[in-house]
Amino acid sequence: MAAELCGIELAHPVINGSGTFDVIAARRVFGSALDDNFPFAAFVSKTITLEPRLGNPPPRLFETAAGMINSIGLPNRGLAGYLEHDLPELATLPVPLITNVMGSNADEVGQLFEALEDRNEISAIELNVSCPNVKTGLDIGSDPAELSQLLAAVRDKTSKPLIVKLTPNTANVALVASAAEASGADAVSLINTLRAFAADPARPGKAWLGGGTGGQSGPAIRSVALAQTAAVSSAISLPIIAMGGIASAANARQFLDAGALIIAVGTESFRDPATAGAIRDELLALS
Amino acid sequence: MSGAADRVQAPFGTREVPIIGTEEIGPYRVFSCADEDGPQPAAGQFYMLASTEGWGGGSDERPYLPRAISVLAAGDGQLSFVLEAVGPGTERLAALEEGDALRLLGPLGNGFTAPQAGVRAILCGGGIGVAPLAILQQELVAQGHEVTALLGFRDGEHAAGAEFLDAVQVATDDGSAGHAGLVTELLLAELDRDANAVIYSCGPPQMLDAVRAISVASGVPAQLALEAPMACGYGACYGCGACYGCVVKCADGSLRRSCVDGPVLEAGELAAEWLSGGADDGR
Repeated sequence: MAAELCGIELAHPVINGSGTFDVIAARRVFGSALDDNFPFAAFVSKTITLEPRLGNPPPRLFETAAGMINSIGLPNRGLAGYLEHDLPELATLPVPLITNVMGSNADEVGQLFEALEDRNEISAIELNVSCPNVKTGLDIGSDPAELSQLLAAVRDKTSKPLIVKLTPNTANVALVASAAEASGADAVSLINTLRAFAADPARPGKAWLGGGTGGQSGPAIRSVALAQTAAVSSAISLPIIAMGGIASAANARQFLDAGALIIAVGTESFRDPATAGAIRDELLALS
Repeated sequence: MSGAADRVQAPFGTREVPIIGTEEIGPYRVFSCADEDGPQPAAGQFYMLASTEGWGGGSDERPYLPRAISVLAAGDGQLSFVLEAVGPGTERLAALEEGDALRLLGPLGNGFTAPQAGVRAILCGGGIGVAPLAILQQELVAQGHEVTALLGFRDGEHAAGAEFLDAVQVATDDGSAGHAGLVTELLLAELDRDANAVIYSCGPPQMLDAVRAISVASGVPAQLALEAPMACGYGACYGCGACYGCVVKCADGSLRRSCVDGPVLEAGELAAEWLSGGADDGR
């Protein structure tokens, strides 16, 4: 079950979804047991932005049928804080590190790419394009032309493999994936969370989440993720990292069969941090 | 790299354990499980709990996420928890019977720190917040500390929660048991009597904030256990403490996660406005 992702050798095809596992916190809670049986073949960092972000006001979570809606708002220390505080510890992980970044325009994304270029601890970059264009209000990654424009401006600012994390909140994800392929992406990952609204039970018509809308994740979105994975797989020839409600090896198998090279576990890790390891073990046993 | 462990660490991953006893105490449900493979937790630590069967399919097709529950008692390879059924998760957990299976992760969080020898411990709790104070009282008394227990409840029915501790002074909002008024009034009286103490508190956010203010004003240190809804319990989701802010606002300007940096924080560490923390109302 070993896999090669853009030249990175992975022992198996299971990684984490960005922002769903904090290994630095997990080492405090579980100690060396985490590294002794590290569940992921590569570790994807949470999203890093140029400047520090506190994240959205609470409440940030809402439990739904078979999943949850989050409006966390990408809290992070910013680029400088990531390089100083997080990267030295992430570099000690037993697996390759993929750093996820987001910028609101090409200039910001370019600065992030350039700052990470010489950091050999980082094996690849994942670009989060679920960021609104300040001028249009549309997510950059929802529009093939906007995404092409962004990638054209930043692609040569990094020599590292570039994974584009696609948003499912678009009219035609295959067109966006094709635009990413034509504009120099080395791989795509999908799906990010689906835009969702949590109604406040106590205030009719009002949002429960402090950030307004949020993103739905969990088994509730698995069938959507599977459809988008299949559509993207038909449209492009880049490696695909697929995710969306994967909770078992049987689920993972379906995404691999739909054309994914790698699968990521996200929300299910909240319910059990060892889930990804169990999926890995079962996939390895079947292969 | 992480240095020496600053807490009792949890086995990596959930484990399935049998329910070995249940009990109704007033409006509360107590259940015990065998946990031969887990470490002895520290007072103030918590577990993420779910039933192995029927987790989901309740009200609104929930629950989906496990529930963070403080440990009430532990020893001899057993753990006990107490909860009040207030939603689909706690309703399902409250319906567990002897022989059913529980899925748990933990112990999680940091736990309380004992006072110095000769310093009195004043436990000040409210409602379901009695749980971590009950195990703390057991530990501190066994270590020879002087312990004073003050508990507040909304009414006489809920005051059944005083049974989980020994030698309790009770306050109720409606005056149907013990002191008619707030538990923090009992706390002020105890501090008047002897302020050579450390306060340990767990309960509703407004009560914790009142204890925080008393601690700051009096200079008597207080350790507050923040109980909050969490998705994961181990620092992954950044959403915990949805009713306070995940991420509790601290006096040094930092935001800390109640699951990994807490649940126990010193009163002086919290920002004065920690309860409002950016929320637009008291949800």
